[in-house]
Amino acid sequence: MAYIIKGETGDWEVVIGLEVHAQVISAAKLFSGAATSFGSDPNSNVAFVDAAMPGMLPVINATCVEQAVRTGLGLKAKINHRSVFARKNYFYADLPQGYQISQFDQPIVGEGTLVLDMPDGTSRSVGIERLHLEQDAGKSIHDIHPTKSFIDLNRAGVALMEIVSKPDMRSPEEAGAYLKKLRSILRYLGTCDGNMEEGSMRCDANVSVRPVGSTELRTRCEIKNVNSMRFVMQAIEFEAKRHVDVYDNGGKIDQETRLYDSVKGETRTMRSKEFAHDYRYFPDPDLLPLEFDDAYVAAIKSTLPELPDDKKERFISQYGLSAYDAGVLVAEKENADFFEEVAKQSGDGKLANSWVSNNLFSVLNAKNLTIDQSPISANHLSKLIALIKNNTISGRLAKDVFEIMLVETGKDPEAIVSERGMKQITDTGAIDKAIDDILAANADKVAQVKAGKEALIGWFVGQVMKATQGKANPALCQELLKKKLAQ
Amino acid sequence: MSLDKATVRRIAHLARIDVPEADLDPMVKELTGIMNWIEQLKEVNTDAVAPMTGGTDMKLAWRKDAVTDGAQPEKVLSNAPDKHDSFFSVPKVVE
Repeated sequence: MAYIIKGETGDWEVVIGLEVHAQVISAAKLFSGAATSFGSDPNSNVAFVDAAMPGMLPVINATCVEQAVRTGLGLKAKINHRSVFARKNYFYADLPQGYQISQFDQPIVGEGTLVLDMPDGTSRSVGIERLHLEQDAGKSIHDIHPTKSFIDLNRAGVALMEIVSKPDMRSPEEAGAYLKKLRSILRYLGTCDGNMEEGSMRCDANVSVRPVGSTELRTRCEIKNVNSMRFVMQAIEFEAKRHVDVYDNGGKIDQETRLYDSVKGETRTMRSKEFAHDYRYFPDPDLLPLEFDDAYVAAIKSTLPELPDDKKERFISQYGLSAYDAGVLVAEKENADFFEEVAKQSGDGKLANSWVSNNLFSVLNAKNLTIDQSPISANHLSKLIALIKNNTISGRLAKDVFEIMLVETGKDPEAIVSERGMKQITDTGAIDKAIDDILAANADKVAQVKAGKEALIGWFVGQVMKATQGKANPALCQELLKKKLAQ
Repeated sequence: MSLDKATVRRIAHLARIDVPEADLDPMVKELTGIMNWIEQLKEVNTDAVAPMTGGTDMKLAWRKDAVTDGAQPEKVLSNAPDKHDSFFSVPKVVE
């Protein structure tokens, strides 16, 4: 379903490319031995290299290189055995060097691919242009003092991976799906924690529009540093409409950097335009080229986990799930692992999916819990499913047992069922009696069924279930009812 | 190769060096001289030489991922012209 913006002069489509800055998971910084931990006291995770003291030289952190290569492999991208660090020069208070050490024309990772899982169950590919390693800047705090900005260099020099997509996305939803998938892959790989609130994943969006059917690329605007997936989607939606309005009124778009104001829901020009361009890149004379061989890459490749796309395919084929259900489960590795344990122990993938994705997830969402905090363990949920499968309890009773399990955390469903006498009645005698009573009390409805109103059988099943407190086996009930009504 | 006055003014601004207007013309001359001197390198045939970023035949040194530095805010801040608690303090930068 194409995303079209109706303008006065015709229909427009939006062209989106995303640049994501993902903070590398490492103990120390990219070029110094200072810690990367979040929330430390101001300027306590700072080496002299990070503070750009004269004479200090950067030395690269092996783990950061490995993490970048691992991410590149996860994005099925070309790994460059030789890459070069460059200085990106700009002047800002939280950048003590006066330049950021980054990579320019020779990044560590080249072109790759990322598959989007759209909400309707379809998928499509988005190209990755490149991934390069660079330093993060420090943090400016503007709201403590009326006339001063305070600078904390704890973040300065922490390793970032800048992951640049091709301009392959055509709607805010696709941009959201891209971020979601990228975050999922990074978390599976263990190369970035993907926490957008704490700023360990930040996004810049490049947005332009063009008439539907055209293949030109018009002037784009870059929306900087948007810190949630929802805001990225909102910012793109606003920006694309702004472009259409400008073109409709005969105007032209200036290439510029803009900020998204999430309170007003609009983008606006960044004042310091000069600072956004003219970076005067040149190779950093303090660093030799970064080089490694095939064996190094192969060793990293051998340790890659099963990634979301492969897991999704396997869940579809191994457990008979739909593409949509499998996509939901694999988005978070912990969820996928939980499901798989339930599926394996209970021996029923479809029932496991239904209980995990529908029943358990809705409870977790409502209580704002993660799967690790689930009040019901995978083992107990598997046992509940086993009780349904061996006809000890009906699906309806299982829902009651599930509710009890939520409250009496840690209690085995088998114990709950036996203590409360919740076992399903499969004894035809007991059900026969209940049916006879109900048929006798509802002679009018019996007559209607006999006159051809078959749909009423469902009503009778409901009455029998009610009379037996849900303990009657519904299939058996239906069978007996049909037999008796046919007499 | 020659630089013009506007370019020199822009470079000075980007480098945050305050060059008085009267000094710009002499600086254009000086910088152009330096550029021309570097231009001489073009006379050397480098067809068979891969671009390099350094002049030594060395490999980049790698470091283990271990926390070996930091925890010294007082030293980091000791030369700061202005500070507040453990923060560097600068004139307000508002975007």
